[in-house]
Amino acid sequence: MTPPALALGAWAQLRSGAARILRSSTFRLALLYVVLLGASVAILLGFIYWSTAGYMDRQTTATIQAEIRGLAEQYRRVGLGGLTSLISERVARDPVGSSVYLLVDDRLERVVGNLDRWPPEIPDAQGWIRFRLREWGPARAEEHEARGQVFSLRGGLRLLVGRDVRDLEATRALILDALTWGLAITAALALLGSWLMSAGLVRRLEAINQTSREIMEGDLSRRIPLSGSGDDFDALAASLNRMLERIEALMASVRQVSDNIAHDLRTPLTRLRNKLELLKAELPETLGARTLAEETIADAEEMLATFNALLRIARIESGSRRSAFQDLDLGPLVEDLVELYEPVAADREQDLSYGGCGEAWIFGDRDLVFQALTNLVDNAIKYTPPGGRIRAQVGVEGDCILVEVADDGPGIPAALHTQVFRRFFRVDDSRSTPGSGLGLSLVQAVAQLHRASIALLDNQPGLRVRIAFARAQPRTAVESATAAETA
Amino acid sequence: MRILLVEDDRQMADYLRKALAEAGAVVDQAAEGREGLLLAASGDYDVLILDRMLPGLDGLGIVRTLRASGNQTPVLFLSALGEVDDRVEGLRAGGDDYLIKPFAFSELQARVEALLRRGTADAPETRLRVADLEMDLLKRDVSRAGTEILLQPREFRLLECLMRHAGQVVTRTMLLEQVWDYHFDPQTNVIDVHISRLRGKIDKDFERPLLHTVRGAGYMLRAE
Repeated sequence: MTPPALALGAWAQLRSGAARILRSSTFRLALLYVVLLGASVAILLGFIYWSTAGYMDRQTTATIQAEIRGLAEQYRRVGLGGLTSLISERVARDPVGSSVYLLVDDRLERVVGNLDRWPPEIPDAQGWIRFRLREWGPARAEEHEARGQVFSLRGGLRLLVGRDVRDLEATRALILDALTWGLAITAALALLGSWLMSAGLVRRLEAINQTSREIMEGDLSRRIPLSGSGDDFDALAASLNRMLERIEALMASVRQVSDNIAHDLRTPLTRLRNKLELLKAELPETLGARTLAEETIADAEEMLATFNALLRIARIESGSRRSAFQDLDLGPLVEDLVELYEPVAADREQDLSYGGCGEAWIFGDRDLVFQALTNLVDNAIKYTPPGGRIRAQVGVEGDCILVEVADDGPGIPAALHTQVFRRFFRVDDSRSTPGSGLGLSLVQAVAQLHRASIALLDNQPGLRVRIAFARAQPRTAVESATAAETA
Repeated sequence: MRILLVEDDRQMADYLRKALAEAGAVVDQAAEGREGLLLAASGDYDVLILDRMLPGLDGLGIVRTLRASGNQTPVLFLSALGEVDDRVEGLRAGGDDYLIKPFAFSELQARVEALLRRGTADAPETRLRVADLEMDLLKRDVSRAGTEILLQPREFRLLECLMRHAGQVVTRTMLLEQVWDYHFDPQTNVIDVHISRLRGKIDKDFERPLLHTVRGAGYMLRAE
């Protein structure tokens, strides 16, 4: 691969890995945990905020109210004069400090106080007001936030008592900032943690998945790798491995038994056939018994053929024979097939034609694929009435090589589509047409060996069988030899 | 014709020996691999028929040892393994042909004869001739009694195969393997249809047929 292709490949792998983690239930569980944790932390921090910033707020309110109580006392005892003198005294002590006083007359002109103008902000029902202090601070150049209470006195006079809350607000902002960051960091750490945790779990689950897939493809000898930590994943893997060993042993014994039966029956059948052949040679050619011997030989051969077909399907299904796999262009192969069967179709007055499309490479067993497609074409010829049209076609669709055999015969009812692949199943119950009922079973076994999918479609009228192989890039001889060895 | 048969199945071996003897061959027999190798290396045989699975030393081992010592006697493998990759393995080891059990004796006989013929063929031929039927392998044309016969490429290869084995039985399976180069079970007798087409071209307008059907075995092209 060239460097950009390599980078692209690595990127695609990374992306698919990330997608797998995002889809995993562990990650979703962890995400839910992050949300719950985030909510708890938010509530906790909210309480902290309320108890700190809120405390400072209440403190300010209490200070203002204490000052108001002092002024009100003075006003009640000594009257307006006492009030103004007390305010002037306090202002003189600290002209631009934390306390704010302003007494105005009915035209909003200042009577006494350390504020120049009555603030334009409107007080609420209790007389509380938030306003801005302009030209404030030691140099009278700053603008501060303040809070206070407004009272109406006799004679249209109005009094504002307040406090500079700039430092308070700054502290409150600081606390809020710290708490928000705290929440964000908690969430980020939790997310990262859950990502790492689920990546680890996904990796171990993927190992189990990968092994299962390989086993389903026929390699029963595969086992799930153990991490050696002895955790519950290892325990699960060990249990699965023990189960696989048991299945493998059972399957081996079943295969052994069926192989033995097939072998044990095949051998005497072959001997029977051989003896008949010797017998036939002894008989003079004119005798009727010779014809009988020939017919009996043909019967024995038919039985042997069925046995061989059964054994062959079993062998292919066990998925153990990929050693003959090679890069294979299906175009010429199907063309050969059509050429081979065209005279047979012509004998039945059928039109068998080939449709191709450039190169159609797969990685497969040449003879097995040919055998499977032969069975399809043979079926089409057998079940399509004279005058019918049969078309064998090879096409490329994305990453798939599609091989189709289509006829305009009676077709197969959709209800039977899954059954036709069963061994010895015949659509024609009367069994009037010759055949063993093993043809499509073999096609399916070959398709499975090649990880190809097979579909029966309605050709309207007739049957269209489609096999979709994975497309292969034709390789050099050396590369395909190594691939065949490792397959 | 001297044949060495190495086969551990006694019944099968007896049957083959009897049938081969009847066909006019002198047959030596071994039931064990090492004994088979000893006989094969010392005796002067025209064809070796070896079972793949043998006690002692298996068929592949015998062939590898023989070929390594320069012995080029044609070898026909018999095998119940019946898988294409086994066939490939057998041929790679130095075998010349491969027959899967169970087989008809006629199939074995035809293949043994083909192996014998191959052993004697010397210079590559450019012209094939059977009676008045002639084939020019360079110009790729065919004529019978001076009249040119037009053949499709596949029909040409089919006729070539039959002419190279003129006077011998060629089975349907041999034709599928040699003319079409696929090892498979055709179910229908596809070959018969191709033969009848070929027959229509080379025999139809002539008094004496050359292409004969051998019942229960296959086909034969012969002059008589």
